[in-house]
Amino acid sequence: MEKILEVKDLQLSFHTFAGEVKAIRGVNFDLLKGETLAIVGESGSGKSVTTKAIMRLLPESSSEFKSGEILFNGKDLTKLTDKEMQKIRGKDISMIFQDPMTSLNPTMTIGRQITEPLLKHQKVGKTEAKKIAVDLLRMVGMPKPELRIKQYPHQFSGGQRQRIVIAIALACNPQILIADEPTTALDVTIQAQILELMKDLQKKIDTSIIFITHDLGVVANVADRVAVMYGGRIVEMGTVDEIFYNPQHPYTWGLLSSMPSLDTAEEKLYAIPGTPPDLLDPPKGDAFALRSEYALAIDMEQAPPVFQVSDTHFASTWLLHPDAPKVEPPLSIIERMKKFPGSRYYEGVRTNG
Amino acid sequence: MAKYILKRVFYMFITLFLIATATFFLMKTLPGSPISSASKLNPTQLAAVEAKYGLDQPIPVQYGKYMANLAQGDLGNSYQFKGASVTDLILKRLGPSFLLGAQGLILGISIGILLGMIAALRQNTIWDYGSTFIAILGISIPSFVFASFLQYWIAVKWGVLPVALWNDGWKSSILPSIALAMGPLATGARFIRTEMIEVLSSDYITLAKSKGATGFEVAFKHAFRNALIPLVTVMGPLAAGLLTGSLVIEKIFAIPGIGEQFVKAIMVSDFSIIMGTTLFFSVFLVFVILLVDILYGIIDPRIRLSGGNS
Ligand SMILES: Nc1ncnc2c1ncn2[C@@H]1O[C@H](COP(=O)(O)OP(=O)(O)O)[C@@H](O)[C@H]1O
Ligand SMILES: [Mg+2]
Repeated sequence: MEKILEVKDLQLSFHTFAGEVKAIRGVNFDLLKGETLAIVGESGSGKSVTTKAIMRLLPESSSEFKSGEILFNGKDLTKLTDKEMQKIRGKDISMIFQDPMTSLNPTMTIGRQITEPLLKHQKVGKTEAKKIAVDLLRMVGMPKPELRIKQYPHQFSGGQRQRIVIAIALACNPQILIADEPTTALDVTIQAQILELMKDLQKKIDTSIIFITHDLGVVANVADRVAVMYGGRIVEMGTVDEIFYNPQHPYTWGLLSSMPSLDTAEEKLYAIPGTPPDLLDPPKGDAFALRSEYALAIDMEQAPPVFQVSDTHFASTWLLHPDAPKVEPPLSIIERMKKFPGSRYYEGVRTNG
Repeated sequence: MAKYILKRVFYMFITLFLIATATFFLMKTLPGSPISSASKLNPTQLAAVEAKYGLDQPIPVQYGKYMANLAQGDLGNSYQFKGASVTDLILKRLGPSFLLGAQGLILGISIGILLGMIAALRQNTIWDYGSTFIAILGISIPSFVFASFLQYWIAVKWGVLPVALWNDGWKSSILPSIALAMGPLATGARFIRTEMIEVLSSDYITLAKSKGATGFEVAFKHAFRNALIPLVTVMGPLAAGLLTGSLVIEKIFAIPGIGEQFVKAIMVSDFSIIMGTTLFFSVFLVFVILLVDILYGIIDPRIRLSGGNS
C-alpha cells in the first residue's frame, strides 16, 4: 500500500534550564494510506512530542530537530516554512487532543471554530461554510446542530466537546488525522461512544489515522498496526495481531501484562516496576533494561538494533539476537503466543503427534 | 438581564446609604467646623451662624435632616460659596474631570494593552524588556512626580503645551491626561502580558494552530479576547484609581475639576461639598462596577448575565 507519511530517524530535543531533554531519540515509522496506526507507551515516552513534531506544533524557541526527516507525500515537513506548514495544518493533517474541556476556545461560538478551517483552506463563503459545519456536527452525532452551532463550548458536555473537536479536525477531509489520547480524559461510557464514532467515521472517510494512547485495551479495537514507544524510541512495531499475540520486546510484555482483562479483573493488576528513563541523561544501552528482568549484560552497554520478526513486525531487543539466550516470556504472554501461528509457542496445529 | 440590573441598582442604593452614613459620622468626628476655619467671628456671631446652618443641633438630628434631603436628591448648600447648591457646584465642575478621566483611562488602557501584547508576543526580547520597564515606571513613580516632570520638560523647557490651568482649550487637557494615564497603562501592560503568555500556551491555542491559523490570527482572533478577561475585572479599581489620581493631578495642574474643588473643600471643612463629592464619587464607582460586570459578560460568554441557554 501507498505510504502517506514516513518518519525517518527523527531525533528531537528540548533545551531547558536543566539541560537538553532528548525526547525523541531516533524514531522510524511509516503510515499507509487508509490505515490506523496506534502508538502506545507509558506517559512520557514521547508519543505527543512525535506527533506534535509532525504538525510542527512544538515551541520553536525551545525545541530542536537534531536529525531525520518527516516525509509527507514526499515533502519533508521539517524543512517547510511556517507559511507552507500553515497550509498543511487543518487541511491535509489535523489533530484531536486529549482534553476536550480545554481544547476549544471559550470565547468563540463553536460555529466559528468549525468554520475557521473551512474558510481558511477551502474556497467556500460564510453561508456555505456554516452549512458544512452543521453537516459535520450532524455527522459526529450532535443533536440539533442548527441551534447548537451558535453556542459556546461551556454549553456542551465533555463528550460533546470531543465530538466538536473531531468535527473541526475532519472539516477539510484531511489525509491524516492524529488523535492524541482522544478518550483519556473522558469517563468510560463516553470513551466507548467516542471510539465507536471514530471507527464509524473511518469507514466513511478515507483518512489515515495515528491513534495515540497509553491504554493497549482500546488499541485492538481501532488499530491496524501498533507502534510501541519507550524512552523516545519505538521499541516494537507490528500488526495488531503480532503485537498482541507474538510480542517480542520485554516492554511490550509488560504493557500487555498490565492490561486489565476479564480474567485478571479480580486479581491485583500487574504494574511495570520502576520509572521511565530520565531523558536529560538517557541510558546508553536499552532504555528499558533497568526495569526489565530479562535484561542482558549487553543491554547496559549498547542500544539494540532493530530485528525483523516478519515482513511487518520489528522489535528492538537484544533477545532477538541469534546469540542471545532463549528466555521464557511471562506465562500470560506464552498463553497469548500459543494462539499465534508462527510464534515459537504456537500449538494451534500439531503436526508431530 | 433587566431583573439582574434592578437587583444591582437596589444594592447600589444600600451601598450609597451606608457610605453616606459613614461619611457623615466620620466628618462629625473631625476637628473644626466650616465656620471655625474662617473665624474672625466672636462667640456670639459664631453661635448665630451655626444656628443658621443648623450646626448647633444634636448630631442625630443633623443626620436625619441630611438624609431626608438626600432622599429628595438635595445635597445641601455649600458653606464657603455663599450657600450655592452643592449639586450645581459639582455639575459645573464635572466637564474637565470627566474629560481628563476618560482621556486618561482610554489612553492608558490602550497603550497598556499594546505594550502588554508586544511583550507577550516578543517574550524575552528587547521589546519585552522595554515594555516591562515602562510598566514598572508607571507603577512605581507617583503620578504627582510624573506630572511635575511633564510640566517641567514639556511645558516649561520645550514650551509645547500649557503648564497648567484650563484656558487653552483641549490642549490644556493633554498633560494632565497623560499623567493620569500612567496608572492604567502600567496595570494594562502587566495584566495583558501575563495573561497573553498564559493563554498562548493553552490547549485551544494549540488547536487553533493545528487548524492552520497564522501567528496573527492566533494572537488576535483567538488569544486576545481571552487575555482581556482579567483586565476587565480590574477596570473598577482602575477607575477608582483615576478618581483619586485626579484629586492630585487637578490640584497640580490647577484644573477646575471636581477633584480640585474636593481638595479645597477638605481644607476649609466645607462639610456639604465633602459629603456631596464623596457621594458623587461613590455613585460613579458603583455605576462603573456595574458597567464592568456587564462588559465582563459581553467578553466572556461563560458569565453572560442572562445565564440561560439560548
Ligand atoms: N515543551 C517541552 N519542554 C521540555 N520537555 C518536554 C516538552 N514537551 C515534552 N517534553 C518531554 O518530552 C518527553 C516526552 O513527552 P510526551 O511526548 O508529552 O510524552 P507522552 O508519551 O506522554 O505523550 C517527556 O519526558 C517530557 O517531559
Ligand atoms: Mg501525551
